Amino acid sequence: MEIELRGITKRFGEVVANNNVNLTIRAGEVLGLLGENGAGKSTLMNVLSGLYAPDEGEILINGTPTAFKGPGDAITAGIGMVHQHFMLIPVFTVAENVILGVEPTGPVDFLDLKTARKQVLEINEEYGLSVDPDELIETLPVGIQQRVEIIKVLFRSADVVIFDEPTAVLTPQEVTEFFEIVKALRDAGKALVFITHKLHEILDISDRINVLRGGEIVGEGDPKTITEMELAELMVGRPVSFDVVKEPFAPKDTLLDVRNLTMLRENDDVAVDDISLSVRSGEIVGIAGVQGNGQSVLVEALTGLARVAAGSVHFRDKDITHASTRARHRLGIAHIPEDRHRMGMIPNFTIAENMVLDTYYDDRFSTGPTMHWSAVNKSAAEDAAAFDVRMTSIFEKAGNLSGGNQQKMVVARELSREITLIVAAQPTRGLDVGSVQYIHSRLIEARDSGDGVLIVSSELDEIIALSDRILVMFKGRIVAEFGANGAPVDKNAIGLAMAGATV
Amino acid sequence: MTDHDTLSKKLLKRIAPSQAGFEDLVLVPVFAVIMALILGAVAMLATNIGFATIGQSYLALLEGSVGSLNAISETLTAAAPLILAGLGMALGFRAGMFNIGAEGQVLIGGMAAVVVGFSFSGLPMVVHLPLALMAGALAGGLYASIAGWLRAATGAHEVITTIMLNMIAYRLIDYILRLPVIQRPGRADPISKSVLDSAELPRLLDWIDPNLRVHAGIILVLAAVFLVHWILFKSKLGFEFRASGENPEAARYAGMRSGLIIVIVMGFAGALAGLAGANQVLGVLGRASPGFSAGIGFDAIAVALLGRSHPVGVLMAGLLFGALEAGGRQMQVSAGVSIDLISIIQALIIVFIAAPLLIRTIFPWGFRKIAPTKNSAGKE
Repeated sequence: MEIELRGITKRFGEVVANNNVNLTIRAGEVLGLLGENGAGKSTLMNVLSGLYAPDEGEILINGTPTAFKGPGDAITAGIGMVHQHFMLIPVFTVAENVILGVEPTGPVDFLDLKTARKQVLEINEEYGLSVDPDELIETLPVGIQQRVEIIKVLFRSADVVIFDEPTAVLTPQEVTEFFEIVKALRDAGKALVFITHKLHEILDISDRINVLRGGEIVGEGDPKTITEMELAELMVGRPVSFDVVKEPFAPKDTLLDVRNLTMLRENDDVAVDDISLSVRSGEIVGIAGVQGNGQSVLVEALTGLARVAAGSVHFRDKDITHASTRARHRLGIAHIPEDRHRMGMIPNFTIAENMVLDTYYDDRFSTGPTMHWSAVNKSAAEDAAAFDVRMTSIFEKAGNLSGGNQQKMVVARELSREITLIVAAQPTRGLDVGSVQYIHSRLIEARDSGDGVLIVSSELDEIIALSDRILVMFKGRIVAEFGANGAPVDKNAIGLAMAGATV
Repeated sequence: MTDHDTLSKKLLKRIAPSQAGFEDLVLVPVFAVIMALILGAVAMLATNIGFATIGQSYLALLEGSVGSLNAISETLTAAAPLILAGLGMALGFRAGMFNIGAEGQVLIGGMAAVVVGFSFSGLPMVVHLPLALMAGALAGGLYASIAGWLRAATGAHEVITTIMLNMIAYRLIDYILRLPVIQRPGRADPISKSVLDSAELPRLLDWIDPNLRVHAGIILVLAAVFLVHWILFKSKLGFEFRASGENPEAARYAGMRSGLIIVIVMGFAGALAGLAGANQVLGVLGRASPGFSAGIGFDAIAVALLGRSHPVGVLMAGLLFGALEAGGRQMQVSAGVSIDLISIIQALIIVFIAAPLLIRTIFPWGFRKIAPTKNSAGKE
């Protein structure tokens, strides 16, 4: 099986999403497709999976030109796609989800679940997936749900499997397991396409790398010889520096002081278990940990979004344990939420409206019941420009911005306020290299100017690059601290602590 | 001037309203009305009504709604309560509250206005009329806040509670109308005393023809359109309403107090519905009788949806529904076609508004071809 994309061009109105793209996908090989958000990766793969018809160019399967009229044709041709956002029915079992749409049926529309189960188990065995066909999807962790998506594709006898940003939702351990599966598929002779913007992952797993920028293939690479730096430069189009330049560490007064904090989940499980920590002025404290170990609840406690069960939170010697979210904003605590779509912004509002989402009540923007939209617009335009949010107008809907620019908008809003403490949860998740770099530099700038910064991230590299002090959270507790007193940081030791090993 | 200043100046430039926006807000509703009229004709054909009568009935519909001064007066009279209650619905929709209780709020508000309207004799109109109107708004607002409070405090869904409150309102009005202090002396049926002249909304055009029923309620309507527009788009409260409606999690993150906002928005919505009830009893009916709300609260849902929850849209949609109602009566009289046809046409309009893609498919030449926007193409 070999698929060749030859001279593919796809336009949407004036926008050229793909321009004369040539790409070859071979059996028994992992093709890494690297590109920033908006580089045209998804468009290209949608052409390949039959969702879009290309304006120019052709698709050759084993040398024969083939035109797909729809996704059905691509599936018949053996091309399957594992999407970033899973398309599973939570209340159905694994087997039921796998057969959805291609159900094996007996006489009188009898649903043959027995055969389905057997086939799922066969696929399981062949590729070492170990998924129980009778489990309900909603009870499964994300990593396993992804395997169900893979089984779905294999069940439809795909020879080509496209993974669209597959690791974005996975924990580090799950990524390792996922790579094992990818290798098993490759060794079984499948042709695989791995789409991502994460450099080290693409180097780990690919046999060949193609880099897409501005809709065009701008480079190819052999993962054995090319470096992360070279790849990043190809992807962004300019030299990228991974070095973080910081002023010398000179912490001053304690800003945030958390003592014996305990938080409960809705089902009364302990989420945060007797945590004490502090953040000083001019210091970045990083909280490392695999997602789901209580970090999100800790952030909610600090920002007033969840009720504290026991313990106390002090901010500049003031007890804010039970203070409202608004009160904390007024005191100067900024919050970059972990999920900008769910919490940090309103996609249907204009950028101007989003830029005052938590400052609209300020005297600058309103008197009594009346909003001063001209003042809002002026300040929004200035702040957005200062934070390099790329857009045509502040009256554009925030939902129309790319992910990186949406996050920059959130960061611009939070850091433009009068603040002394920043609580940043997953501040760069899902962003391209350029935006990550930019947001990192703004956080460091804030630290250098004397703010305290608390970063929660599941990206260990991010934590290590930014933090002056690193705390590791595991099962609701802080199990280790690194970098205090300027001691060098050992990445392996942090990784072990994250997995729950005692240090 | 630095680069940064120039950039921020550039970002302040307004975006021209998009073609797609125009199509959505104007063309879709217009074509929806045309399509509903066509299918209305089909419905008449199916009930053995001849082509001639169909033509006649649509002419009568036009004549009865805008064909004469009297027709326009009737249209405005019918539209006024729909717009008022529709504005209340729109306010709720914007804040994410699906308030089905306008009917009950119309009843409670109207009843309160009647009671104030017949109770205080000897007051001058400048005092009595505003007092009666305010009583209507206040009662409607308080009644709706019950549902808001239940939602905020217990999480009970407003669709359920407002429907229940409608039922309670119907029976409560039946009961109140039989109380000796309310019931008109000498009557055995449940009917209230009449509103005093000093609390009646004055007719505006009776100096031309005493039969012209259009009354000062339409001034109230215009004031309400401006007020709701100001609340939604110019006020701090409106920003909170819209934020809670679009993304409640983001509103919470921004420190807005969602429970309070829910109660306040329901209060406003109920006040407008209550005002619609007051408008009916003080401007048209002069008294209260069982079920005097006559479905205004339910039509208001359709009006708000048709008007896309925008104050000006609600004004337009209310006028259309008022015209259909006034014209429908004329249609029944001069063409002998049942006024129920109007309900069918109204329902069809809503169906087509709710399915813009259907309209685009039926009238392809009216719209630009939908190309994927820059956004959907560039998203990874």
